[in-house]
Amino acid sequence: MTATSTEEFEDGATLDGNAMAGDLREVFAVDVTSARYMCAGCRHTDAVATLRLWNRAPGLVARCPNCEDVVIRVVRAPDKVYLDLRGSVRLEVPLEGV
Amino acid sequence: MARTAISGRLIWRAATLAEAHWETPTARTLVLDVPDWPGHLPGQHVDVRLTADDGYSAQRSYSIASSWPHPQNRVELTIQRLDDGEVSPYLTDTVEVGDQIELRGPVGGWFVWRETQTAPVLLLGGGSGVVPLMAMIRARATAGTKQPFRLIYSVRTPTDILYAEELRRRVRDDAGLDVHYVYTRKTPDDWSSPPKRIDVAALNTYGWPPDFAPDCFVCGPTTFVEAAADILVALGHDPRRIRTERFGGTS
Repeated sequence: MTATSTEEFEDGATLDGNAMAGDLREVFAVDVTSARYMCAGCRHTDAVATLRLWNRAPGLVARCPNCEDVVIRVVRAPDKVYLDLRGSVRLEVPLEGV
Repeated sequence: MARTAISGRLIWRAATLAEAHWETPTARTLVLDVPDWPGHLPGQHVDVRLTADDGYSAQRSYSIASSWPHPQNRVELTIQRLDDGEVSPYLTDTVEVGDQIELRGPVGGWFVWRETQTAPVLLLGGGSGVVPLMAMIRARATAGTKQPFRLIYSVRTPTDILYAEELRRRVRDDAGLDVHYVYTRKTPDDWSSPPKRIDVAALNTYGWPPDFAPDCFVCGPTTFVEAAADILVALGHDPRRIRTERFGGTS
């Protein structure tokens, strides 16, 4: 597995949206990985957790598994977080305990 | 508990390594004391942050291996060492009992099993992708619930199996739990088939039929996750009941 992982690691996309949970929870009061996105490129919809994640940039780049367009970008600066959602038409956020 | 696990501001906590043991020659379980741990659901993970003296810091996401409540109120992580990794070799080979590491969580609410889910459960794990699935198996036992669980666990060789003893014991003691191994490089001597990757035959024989509408959790490297999820869909499982986590190179 290490060989495979290393190859994928160099390619960047070994992870998925599940691994964004911590950085998103820093900004939002709810778990956004459980939310459904709609891709602005292809209108595909699924859980944010299923996005393909590139995390070796200075931030997180999450792409649609269907069309590979960028759906969410999260960039951390020392004192702020930049959140770029232009690739998602909308987020549908389930509310816990309702 | 679902709400407990998610409420409150997410903060970095200093966790203390209380115990550690090797699961395989390259994977080590860290048993951590985490002050004011709010509890977690199986499948959730934590972010671990290491900071060097010069201020450089690296952060990785690790699945929680243990269930909650825990007998010593501790949180267990199992770390697979990747030799070219930046964080995992420190966690497997360097950190010692009594040392502190920075951790935040629990986070994630999608790749999670809740004891209130009544459907049978099919767990498909590749390599260290078995870690969050083990948390689900442990949580089922902790909760004393009866949902039938099946784990299909793909590993390179018999010595790479994480939690081998505990799985053997649980198959004997936890009614309704079955485990099947798929060996990709080397099988035990008495094994009936040559090494192979997870395939239709394995899922057909050792998984649940689609008619049972099981909740499916698939975790492992990308290639494993895609192969396993594709087979599940081809066999007729509802894609909405399949949850995946790509866990490949958490270095």
